Amino acid sequence: MKSKDRNNYWRINIKYVSILLSIWFTFSFLFGIILKDFLNQFTIAGFKLGFWFAQQGSIYVFVILIFTYVRLMNDLDKEFGFKNNK
Amino acid sequence: MSIQSWTYILVGITFSIYIAIAIWSRVQSTREFYVAGGGVGAWANGMATAADWMSAASFISMAGIISFAGYDGAVYLMGWTGGYVLLALLLAPYLRKFGKFTVPEFIGDRYYSNNARLVAVFCALLVSFTYVAGQMRGVGIVFSRFLEVDINTGVIIGMLIVLFYAVLGGMKGITYTQVAQYCVLIFAFMVPAIFISIQMTGNPIPQLGFGSEISDGSTYLLEKLDNLNVELGFNKYTDNTKPLIDIFAITLALMVGTAGLPHVIVRFFTVKKVADARKSAGIALLLIAILYTTAPAVAAFARTNLLETISTKSYSDIPQWFKKWENTGLIKFDDLDNDGMIDYTNDDFNELYVDRDIMVLANPEIANLPNWVVALVAAGGLAAALSTAAGLLLVISASVSHDLIKRVYYPEISEKGELVAARISAFFAVCVAGYFGINPPGFVAAVVALAFGLAAASFFPAIVMGIFYKKMNKEGAICGMLAGIGIMLFYMLKFKFDFFGGGSSEDYWFGISPEGFGSVAMILNFIVSFVVMKFTSPTPKKIKDIVDNIRIPEYE
Repeated sequence: MKSKDRNNYWRINIKYVSILLSIWFTFSFLFGIILKDFLNQFTIAGFKLGFWFAQQGSIYVFVILIFTYVRLMNDLDKEFGFKNNK
Repeated sequence: MSIQSWTYILVGITFSIYIAIAIWSRVQSTREFYVAGGGVGAWANGMATAADWMSAASFISMAGIISFAGYDGAVYLMGWTGGYVLLALLLAPYLRKFGKFTVPEFIGDRYYSNNARLVAVFCALLVSFTYVAGQMRGVGIVFSRFLEVDINTGVIIGMLIVLFYAVLGGMKGITYTQVAQYCVLIFAFMVPAIFISIQMTGNPIPQLGFGSEISDGSTYLLEKLDNLNVELGFNKYTDNTKPLIDIFAITLALMVGTAGLPHVIVRFFTVKKVADARKSAGIALLLIAILYTTAPAVAAFARTNLLETISTKSYSDIPQWFKKWENTGLIKFDDLDNDGMIDYTNDDFNELYVDRDIMVLANPEIANLPNWVVALVAAGGLAAALSTAAGLLLVISASVSHDLIKRVYYPEISEKGELVAARISAFFAVCVAGYFGINPPGFVAAVVALAFGLAAASFFPAIVMGIFYKKMNKEGAICGMLAGIGIMLFYMLKFKFDFFGGGSSEDYWFGISPEGFGSVAMILNFIVSFVVMKFTSPTPKKIKDIVDNIRIPEYE
């Protein structure tokens, strides 16, 4: 494979990872911890919002993030023609 | 049927399954022993990873800890799940592509240095032994509480079972028993949780029941819990007790530590291809999330139940289960004012001591669930402890037989010889773990945080830079790891064991407790690595090519 292709693949991968990790940070550290007291003013379905992000919501977001990455990378592998097995 | 007969039946059935799997999955090669031949499917690996990860602490203790800590319990919930995002995005696919057997092997090869390998072996052994001692103890405790045998007998039974399938089947045996153990433990955790959720809120889904109105419709469960807590002089359940900076640091340290724990990482060496490594990390987290989103609901139910059925009630009217667990010392009542009432408060007049483990172990009895559900909890606790113990033992045995013997001290060893060495080291590792289970060092609880801190301070930065930063050289990585471990050990010894002048929580650096200090140690590792790299010789071309190669999922 040409090294230009390799670099392109890697650049797009880094872009995906950066975007997904900023979402990871936002829902756990930002909503669940730093902004917790502010968000606790709002109540949804019986939960104070900040508390909900800390004990429930962030975990659901983590699961979605990994499956999004799986999807994005499988498509990217296909686009670059990687056979992806031995 | 009595609880005890049910327990014998369920534990007997599950143990027979584990042994049958062990016999079916005997191995003949080191590749099978270390990484199950690299032929595990994404779903099987996801289930095995989930069981590997969820230990006796997750199953037995976590809900109880959250129950007493309220909001603060979020550090474990986010910390022990968020790490999988890091694992899936930053580590697992590349380590699978690298395609060797152990974590120290990656570090040793990527940083072209046996010194780096030895530092990594030291960390892997320290982290894994710390962790495994707690698991064997957990096995003993479950046995003693439910089958009324001696704790030591329980530990020995657990040792024999693990010995059987780890020595015989290596990673292959461990993988498929972990798949079975996941099914047992998740079923055992969910059944009582669903029953209790229906009882308390009428909603069969604990994750929703947790936010619902209580059954009599008067108020929301969490609001009621906040009020009950405040009445007794505790903090509101939904408010933090620790400072937020410490919560931030602990969560980060646990996340990064999770991603850096060798027994978790090595599971991703066992799948067939790079895409499966990514996918099985997602499946693992999904399966873990089922328990981790239920645990805070169980915590809130159990706390409300406890406060309502016990607090300010007369001791003579107390239900049967209270007396039963009083015998085990997990609940203690001391009638200070001799009025026959149980006063549970957050001050010197408190008369009730409740061990956190009881929130899961006694929950089915507190909620009056059928005997088979109570017995199920015992089988689940054993599955959780055994599966984690087995994963850790494999890391220990591979570190000795592969990293030390094969890669450093005796490279001429034959394939057969290495397999024998692997089995012998697994045998010794089980014996050492059993010894610690029978004679638990008093510091086990204190050093579990150290295990995460060390993994965060050593492996995570070294591996991430190894993949994402080609310029990082051996001098940088070794100095970084040593600095990270060094400061982590120093901080832990100072504040947990009173060395170097000791100190109390007011003396914490930046207000961060030893549990969260892994975050700081990790940052120091990165900084030291960069600085040292600037003044030392560059990475050889050959290594840069290896890094280029692991970044691409295709084999040439």
